[in-house]
Amino acid sequence: MALDKATVAQIATLARIRLSEAELEPLADELSHILTWVEQLNEVDTSGVSPMASAAAANLPMRDDAVTDGGCRDAILGNAPRAARGFFTVPKVVE
Amino acid sequence: MSDPSLLALNLAEARDGLTRKMFSARELAAAYNDAVAEVNPLNAYITPTPERALGMADAADQRLARGETLPLDGIPVAVKDLFCTKDILTTAGSHILDGFHPPYESTVTDKLWQAGAVMLGKANLDEFAMGSSSATSWYGPVENPWRRPGDNRPLVPGGSSGGSAAAVAARAALAAIGTDTGGSIRQPASFCGIVGLKPTYGRCSRWGVVAFASSLDHPGPMGRTVLDVAIMLGVMAGHDDRDSTSAPVPVPDFAAALSGDIRRLRVGIPKEYRVDGMPSEIEALWQQGVEWLRAAGAEPVEISLPMTKHALAAYYIIAPAEASSNLARYDGVRFGLRVEGDSLDEMYELTRAAGFGAEVRRRVLIGTYVLSAGYYDAYYLKAQRVRTLIARDFAEAFERVDCILTPTAPSAAFIIGENTDDPIAMYLNDVFTVPANLAGVPAISVPAGLSADGLPLGLQITGRAFDEETVLRVAQILENAACFRHLPSFVVGGGG
Repeated sequence: MALDKATVAQIATLARIRLSEAELEPLADELSHILTWVEQLNEVDTSGVSPMASAAAANLPMRDDAVTDGGCRDAILGNAPRAARGFFTVPKVVE
Repeated sequence: MSDPSLLALNLAEARDGLTRKMFSARELAAAYNDAVAEVNPLNAYITPTPERALGMADAADQRLARGETLPLDGIPVAVKDLFCTKDILTTAGSHILDGFHPPYESTVTDKLWQAGAVMLGKANLDEFAMGSSSATSWYGPVENPWRRPGDNRPLVPGGSSGGSAAAVAARAALAAIGTDTGGSIRQPASFCGIVGLKPTYGRCSRWGVVAFASSLDHPGPMGRTVLDVAIMLGVMAGHDDRDSTSAPVPVPDFAAALSGDIRRLRVGIPKEYRVDGMPSEIEALWQQGVEWLRAAGAEPVEISLPMTKHALAAYYIIAPAEASSNLARYDGVRFGLRVEGDSLDEMYELTRAAGFGAEVRRRVLIGTYVLSAGYYDAYYLKAQRVRTLIARDFAEAFERVDCILTPTAPSAAFIIGENTDDPIAMYLNDVFTVPANLAGVPAISVPAGLSADGLPLGLQITGRAFDEETVLRVAQILENAACFRHLPSFVVGGGG
């Protein structure tokens, strides 16, 4: 699959990574090269084969629905680039 | 100056010396703190923690004096900077985690400290563990302590746990912990001439490890000998409620499994690992490994793992897909770097553009693409179906054999800067290591010989899920037969 510049720009928007116009062309080449290489998987007959998501046992363990951690708001906010009055802050979202 | 005689001891010997009061944990920690400072030109550590090391060593000395010795009391270790360490800078080798001081401790490091180990510092790595050279770190590339004789060009230590491997090889850590998503413990172990073990998926908790690809990430030990790695694994392993994929299985005495007896053990030799372009010296070393195991009474059996050639392609869909999801959390809001923007989306985009390096960005974009509407089935589900076939290959092989012997990597260490023009050339480093990650089975790399240009080469033993005991037992036979005593050109204390 060869990706064009518009597709790379669209993926970058989905991934929330800003790209400059000058970066699109080389990235389109790189990503196309990788995608073409991974398409070798089309040689493999996988009809009737179920997908494998993990090597771990499929059954997730259950536990009591009880609070086991928390009460450390300030320690967590201590890593925030911007925080105020006990909250993370972000640019204004609602006018 | 470091005391070279202390640094030359392996973990088991140092533990013995500490319990016999031949030296104190503080003396050992001080010698290693000096070694960490001396090894600075290799850029193996991002954050040394010398004061923490001395404090932990003093606590170990008090226990040793009382005779309440813990399994790793006073043993100085390096921690790959992918493990969260409470109140100590944790970077994942990325600009985007600038200034991140975790308010919690990872399960595996907590187990190490509970067992008395001493933290020397946080070891350098490829950014978010994405790489095979430890050259993509925001903190600069790691250098391999090995050089080709008569050639001064610095070599990569492998990756992504390259700082951990370089530190152990240069005697600037007695042992280390790393993580292995596609070979990131075993390939650097091979490149640096040390032992590295990727345990079974679920054997060691991932809680508190910065996530790259959750279904493939495996914490594991790195050390100078197979016994050292077995001792480390015994402390690191065990069920953890905080990791839902952690296996509720008992932890055996791994060191006790090193019986030296592999008579009648069936060792699989997969014909698909003879890949085009592999140096003949690696092929020859592999054959030597077969002979070593045969001489010890094992029975080599040719087997087939037909999906081997597709494992890398499946990996380079699944790992980026999981990474693109895991790395969505780096948004400039809760921790790390933030680049201000006029809107929330602009802040996200500018932060992530500034914070991620080229390889991470490439993988996030590939992952986003293969998970996007219209391509999910063709790429992601297809790769997951191939993953089923790869796991089936191993399951069928392990009906006939008890373990599998292969080379660890298709080359020795290469020069820093090589293999950077073409991402796929770099990905090919992982051709022999990736299958075990996809299947979740344990695998170890043991130094087995030198290349024609004087660099270490490793052999890999892969075993059944939760049968690290056989893997370690066979690895020690290889270790004893290979008798690898070579030292790198950069070793603290100058060897001896």
